[in-house]
Amino acid sequence: MAENKYIDEPTGTETVGHEWDGIEELDTPMPRWWLWTLYATIIWGIVYVILYPAWPLVNSATEGVLGWSSRGDFAQEMEAREKELKPIRQALVSTDINKLSGSPELMQTAIEGGRSAFKVHCVQCHGTGADGIRPGSGYPNLNDDEWLWGGDLEAIEYTLIHGIRNPDHEDTRFSQMPAFGRDGILTSAEISDLVSYVRNISGKEKQSASAQRGAALFQTNCALCHGADGKGDRMQGAPNLTDAISLYGLDRESLTYTLTNSRYGVMPRWGHRLDPATIRMLTVYVHSLGGGEASPALEEVAQETLEDIPAGSDGADTADDAAAGGGGEGREDVQS
Amino acid sequence: MNTLVWKAGGWLVLAALAFMAMALAADGGFAVHMGIIMAACLIGLWVTVSKADYGAIARGIINTPVDQGVYDDDPIRWSVIATLFWGMAGFAAGLYIALQLAFPALNLGSEYTTFGRLRPLHTSAVIFAFGGNALIATSFYVVQRTCRARLAFPGLARFVFWGYQLFIVLAATGYLLGITAGKEYAEPEWYVDIWLTIVWVSYAAVFIGTIAKRSEPHIYVANWFFLAFILTVAMLHLVNGLAMPVSLLGAKSYSAFSGVQDALTQWWYGHNAVGFFLTAGFLGMMYYFVPKQAERPVYSYRLSIIHFWSLIFLYIWAGPHHLHYTALPDWAQTLGMVFSIVLWMPSWGGMINGLMTLNGAWEKIRTDPIIRMMVIALAFYGMSTFEGPMMSIKAVNSLSHYTDWTIGHVHSGALGWNGMITFACLYYLVPRLWGRQRLYSLRMVNWHFWLATFGIVLYAAAMWVAGIMQGLMWREYGADGYLVNSFTEVVTAMFPMYLIRALGGLMYLAGAIIMVYNVWMTIAGKQRDEKSMTETPHNVDADKPIVAQPAE
Repeated sequence: MAENKYIDEPTGTETVGHEWDGIEELDTPMPRWWLWTLYATIIWGIVYVILYPAWPLVNSATEGVLGWSSRGDFAQEMEAREKELKPIRQALVSTDINKLSGSPELMQTAIEGGRSAFKVHCVQCHGTGADGIRPGSGYPNLNDDEWLWGGDLEAIEYTLIHGIRNPDHEDTRFSQMPAFGRDGILTSAEISDLVSYVRNISGKEKQSASAQRGAALFQTNCALCHGADGKGDRMQGAPNLTDAISLYGLDRESLTYTLTNSRYGVMPRWGHRLDPATIRMLTVYVHSLGGGEASPALEEVAQETLEDIPAGSDGADTADDAAAGGGGEGREDVQS
Repeated sequence: MNTLVWKAGGWLVLAALAFMAMALAADGGFAVHMGIIMAACLIGLWVTVSKADYGAIARGIINTPVDQGVYDDDPIRWSVIATLFWGMAGFAAGLYIALQLAFPALNLGSEYTTFGRLRPLHTSAVIFAFGGNALIATSFYVVQRTCRARLAFPGLARFVFWGYQLFIVLAATGYLLGITAGKEYAEPEWYVDIWLTIVWVSYAAVFIGTIAKRSEPHIYVANWFFLAFILTVAMLHLVNGLAMPVSLLGAKSYSAFSGVQDALTQWWYGHNAVGFFLTAGFLGMMYYFVPKQAERPVYSYRLSIIHFWSLIFLYIWAGPHHLHYTALPDWAQTLGMVFSIVLWMPSWGGMINGLMTLNGAWEKIRTDPIIRMMVIALAFYGMSTFEGPMMSIKAVNSLSHYTDWTIGHVHSGALGWNGMITFACLYYLVPRLWGRQRLYSLRMVNWHFWLATFGIVLYAAAMWVAGIMQGLMWREYGADGYLVNSFTEVVTAMFPMYLIRALGGLMYLAGAIIMVYNVWMTIAGKQRDEKSMTETPHNVDADKPIVAQPAE
């Protein structure tokens, strides 16, 4: 071997003396910076494994002299944050929801927390702008002042806790429009007339013979829930049909589909998933989006509807009970 | 004649077995796969019968003697073409899924074309089909030249090529059919895994057999790397693939591991697939083709020894850094991170040895586009092997993990290092393997170089920006300590980056299309009339195995 060694001219370095298919190797020493950086990383590594949990033993592992653990680190961070949030959460939960607006500072804190929680739990359906993603998506726009089940703080919180149409939950908000076409209650000509009428009262269509026929049908089939004037009923989540706002669209096709097959929009209930303070934050945030109603409104609406629906009135002396009773009533109707 | 009958009969029996398995299959996917195997057996039968030299058999010659005085290059030529073919498929699939991320409508509403099925098609096509065929081609080429010996077990070498292609077809069709073991970069199910094991053991036998019959006293460094790659991938594949099939006639199986053990085994495999398939194997390519193209000696023999052993010793422990801040115990995360950081210099040893080999030939970077490709490959290798240890630091990882930064990191390594070094080796190989004086066009190599380089820069920069933005947006807190952004807002913010990424991918694909044309024309024996660039001469007379002369 040695006899094949020679000094390579361009580099002035001696070769090792091996040769493979014309490839030779220089005997250049390892670059010092390379070697010292390698040593430095090794030394750093040794120090690091002494400081931090590193070596597996039979039933556990070395804990490291710093006593650091990822779980401990996480718990510490969470604890610090909890400590920071605790007074706010306590104040939020212990204040009567109808009196929250009396403390603007608390409201503002709640809005910030609600905004964050909304981005985790609600944007999937309601959209990042809380606008229901697009008109006709089936998800309500929370920025306007049109409410299906009530838009004051208490009503919003009830909806958040109990959800809408959760069949496994007693207190959920519940109602169901009949599938007039599919179940043979109305003929397709009658449905077409009703569509004309609804489009007429919502300002989408001019008065017509069809709409006039629809008006009569409306009184017998729809007024019970939507009201004789079509302005809806929040006790049952029956939408106001006289404005241009609609969950599923007011064009003829969408309305025909709704009347024929009905709809069954569901919102999950959050009462068992989120803590009361977070729910209250969400409530305040949604309320703050633009359409929030003043608290007494609920009582008025509840009183009005209680008079209209005798079945829901037994022993309901607060708005909250009334809302729950009304919901329960609706569900029983469907089941019977 | 007897041998021919046996061979044909064997193909027929195998085809019949595959047919039976197809008929009795427990699920549709398995039936399709058995149909593919049956078709492969029938093609084998047809080739056996139609290609047989009946004249020679009639004359009583069993085996036509082969010329021992030349290297056995047929499987290498096939692998070069397969590399190009699968490369095009893999790059195109990559571009398509990049566009799917920007425009989800491109999922086309069909289960067969969803991102979830096309993504493993892309990763497997580029890593295992493109990269794997490049490794088979170059390792068979390099081991013969540096051992001055013909391939051991020539029949087995051909089996390795065709068996590996069957593996690729089974894996790829399986992904589209929804057959998956659910392990990243190891998606094929148990029966495809078993097939790959058989092919891989044959590959090892051919490679080690050739080293064993070498005419050179020492084993060249490129062969250490190839050997480390072949042996370690075998071990990784065997352990990570351990699974219990639900039915011997069905596709589904369950892993032998579960929970965090499964995750750790998977990333021990996954990380070393990078370490030994994409690093060690491709360093083997680098160690032969860079000094050959530069016509310079390797920079440092000592460095090659130290960086080889430290690389293979350290790489195997680094896998847990894929599981930072998970259920994996802290001690394992620590070790994964520490070994990753110590791995930095051993990785860079390869870059230094490659780049510094150009000592005395630096001017070639200006004049030789193939050398330029090798240099940019080594530069990206160096960049990725710095970025990797950096991202394994837990503090960095808490920002980078689960973001597109990881995608950017992988592609700066895959497009920059693996892609570029492969292109350079293919450009070196094609004229030599097909006996052409030179490539059809070196100017086109130059075009390929610039398109690919700008493509990578766009790709990597877009993903770095997207990834870091994504990580920062995820952890952005408002004044009250609440998270500021929703997940969808982060997705929306990345849209422009996704477009730039797709543009980078398109440029990379365009460069590869130029290469396919260039290689096609070279094989066709054409030469483009163009202003000349630096050519590396080929010594045809020296390109021969040393054949032992019978003693007088």
